[in-house]
Amino acid sequence: MPAAPPRARPSSASSPRPCPLRVLPTPRPRGPPRPGLSLLLLPAAMWGRRRYGAGLGGRGAEELRARRREREAALRKARRQEQLVSKRLLREDTTAEEGGQDGAEIMPDPLSEDEVLELLRGVQSGSEDRKRSLSCLRWALRNKETQQKFVRLEGSIRTLIGLFTSSLADMQMEAARCLHELSHSSDPAVAEACLPVTSYLLTYLSGHSIEFTELCLYTLGNLVVESEAVRKQLLPQGIIPVLASCIQSPHEAVLEGLGYVLSQLLQAKEAPTEIIPLVLDSVLPQHMLRLVCSGLKAGIGAAVEFAWCLHYIICSHTANTALLSLGALPALTSLLLDLASEIPEDAPEGLELLICPVLRCLSNLLAEETGCEVQIQDERLLIALFLILQCFLQQHPFIVQECLWLLNNLTADEHFFCSALLSLDLLPALLQLLPCSQMASMLVLTILCNIAEKGPAYCQQLHQQPALPLLLPTLALPDPKVVGQCLELLHLLFLHWPEAAADFVRQGGHQALEQHQSTPELQERARALLDIIGQPLGASAFSPCHAMLSAFS
Amino acid sequence: MLSLPPGLRHRLREGPPLPPVPPLPPVPPVSRAPPPSSAPPPSSAPPPSSAPPPSSAPPPSSAPPPSSAPPFAFAPRRLRLGPHHPLLEDGDVHRHLYLQGVLTSLAEVAEKPKVSEFSCHISGCCQAFDTLEGYEHHYNTLHRNVCSFCKRSFPSGHLLDIHILEWHDSLFQIMAEKQNMYKCLVEGCAEKFKSSKDRKDHLVTVHLYPADFRFDRPKKVKSGPKHVSSPRKQGGSMLMDVSMETSEQFQVDPMEIGPSENMEIPQPAASPGPSVPEERLYKSRIPSTICFGQGATRGFKGPRKKV
Repeated sequence: MPAAPPRARPSSASSPRPCPLRVLPTPRPRGPPRPGLSLLLLPAAMWGRRRYGAGLGGRGAEELRARRREREAALRKARRQEQLVSKRLLREDTTAEEGGQDGAEIMPDPLSEDEVLELLRGVQSGSEDRKRSLSCLRWALRNKETQQKFVRLEGSIRTLIGLFTSSLADMQMEAARCLHELSHSSDPAVAEACLPVTSYLLTYLSGHSIEFTELCLYTLGNLVVESEAVRKQLLPQGIIPVLASCIQSPHEAVLEGLGYVLSQLLQAKEAPTEIIPLVLDSVLPQHMLRLVCSGLKAGIGAAVEFAWCLHYIICSHTANTALLSLGALPALTSLLLDLASEIPEDAPEGLELLICPVLRCLSNLLAEETGCEVQIQDERLLIALFLILQCFLQQHPFIVQECLWLLNNLTADEHFFCSALLSLDLLPALLQLLPCSQMASMLVLTILCNIAEKGPAYCQQLHQQPALPLLLPTLALPDPKVVGQCLELLHLLFLHWPEAAADFVRQGGHQALEQHQSTPELQERARALLDIIGQPLGASAFSPCHAMLSAFS
Repeated sequence: MLSLPPGLRHRLREGPPLPPVPPLPPVPPVSRAPPPSSAPPPSSAPPPSSAPPPSSAPPPSSAPPPSSAPPFAFAPRRLRLGPHHPLLEDGDVHRHLYLQGVLTSLAEVAEKPKVSEFSCHISGCCQAFDTLEGYEHHYNTLHRNVCSFCKRSFPSGHLLDIHILEWHDSLFQIMAEKQNMYKCLVEGCAEKFKSSKDRKDHLVTVHLYPADFRFDRPKKVKSGPKHVSSPRKQGGSMLMDVSMETSEQFQVDPMEIGPSENMEIPQPAASPGPSVPEERLYKSRIPSTICFGQGATRGFKGPRKKV
């Protein structure tokens, strides 16, 4: 059983910020309501219809930061073990429930076994109190211990399922919320107790109630990551065809939930062999692409989910021919240009959550060896990349390596982007990224090597930038990999543009190289470079018409 | 803060891509030919430990990049990363923080529009609501996919269609004697079966459905020549269908394809409803909170409206 990251109990929620609403009068419809009625009444907020998961809130900012650091550490650890799994929690936002002046969310205390049993009996009875018992149960089930006690009671899940499948609409909704709480549990025993409900969850996905469908989707998405056994049940139950029908819904909330389910499915270990082929066989890929690319207009929440779905498919490297033939490369390029032109003024919060997977998809698609060389030749892509870097560098530094990876793939083979980078005068900005992080240094140096490798004209421009004043300090960094990459770059520079070697020496390069003569992974290259620059002083290596040389002799 | 040259944003927004900048001439490095713009330097002796020149100078336009000679190993290549690559770690962590609801951008919640209480306007339905979602869900559960023959409601149009076919289509019974007519309920599965039981077995063994799946209860057929379909006008045979069902119907929720055998949720005791015609034989079994659409007439009066 994979270790799920710990789900800390929700601490507090911020009080809702007023959002622009479209206020409607009391409806007095004549005929049957139009199916899309609820959608029209949603406030025009990006993601805001529900609060997901444990929100942050009014408690001290320091406590929040500490909590976030904890979560981050746990996620990192899980990721390194290749067991990164998260669930999403959908909660009603009724301020009455949340209580507290500062919007602090209250976690109920665990109930005793007897209390849980009493609630269950109340729910099973035919009395008028049944509705109230069910609401109490839903509240109580926020507590993990109560969840565990509940699922252990005989007949408890069967009762919930009975209510969930009844046609008493409000009871059905409450039962659905109870099941959703259970599905979110970090205790595998609790989540797996919900398995008998999956066939019904799938049946209800073809229904029309937006809120109910959304709830079913998130419950399903939580169960999907629980274990391979669950997925082995869901696949034969027809989850993929159902999702393929559902993706044609016009409702953003439904689409976002759907994207969530798919993203959970696609992260499964067995996805490349068991799930991705089924997805590719359906209409899902073209709709996913469509929904990602229309995200800025139609719904960012859904676009984010489907972008991650595409990333999971593409990085499995089993599907890329199919996606390329759907036109993924030009479509996603165009999207990136649009995204970059939105920032920073009109940028919605969280745009990096969409940009990141789109960058990854582009990078991996470009790296696909399909025989026919895939290319985009649009220099605006470079502009977009640097605008994105500029916007997110400070707040979300992880974007740096994502952008640089794409930049590497663009500059590796083709001269086009190397030239464009120079002619757009983006080299200084690239060099500014050198000290960001170890990973950034490696990538920047690799990209510079890509450029230098293209020949003398490129090296000349690099040198005139000037690049050397930045490369010299890089040689003093402690990381041998970074230094090694720097040596490769210097080699290319000196190879194509010997003048650079003279300047290098003048700027103290000799000493900078000497310090590496005894480092195992660097010594050969350091010595080779020392040989190159340590030519006998006859100016034979150097062009006499360069004025700088007067200083040399 | 990254400093960029001015005018970039403008270039980005200003429409179609500019004609590609012609790439700088890729002069093969090994020949050590000077770039055209500068004066030719004296030829330089290649440093001892660098790469020996290749045997032939490759033509400029299609020159493959000469591979670096040892100890230098660099060759440009496009990177292909798998899902667990370290470069992707930070971004993945960020994505999961978002899923767990930890990112600040998601702490804001939009307020739901407030509406004053109103009631369902389907005639005969008396339910009241104070939220639009509640109303929507009620409508979809009870009034949307309703069989106009027997007033049962279904979770989807798909199941409703199957129900109508199997319960109310006399032709279906005839054809079912000759060929497999019972469709699998799972979307995407095209299998058909000769009996309801065979279908259920298929659902359980192939699709791992529960054996007591609520929306697959077999229709109980009473024996007797009365129920053999003969060419009559549809209204007549429907009357028979409805009457046949009266004894089993509505002890339970109307959402089944067929009546259920054991009811796990006891229905609330029916309160005396508004006065109804005598013909409603089973009014006492209808829960008070359930209202049926389309006028909800039943029994021997027959349905108001045909499908």
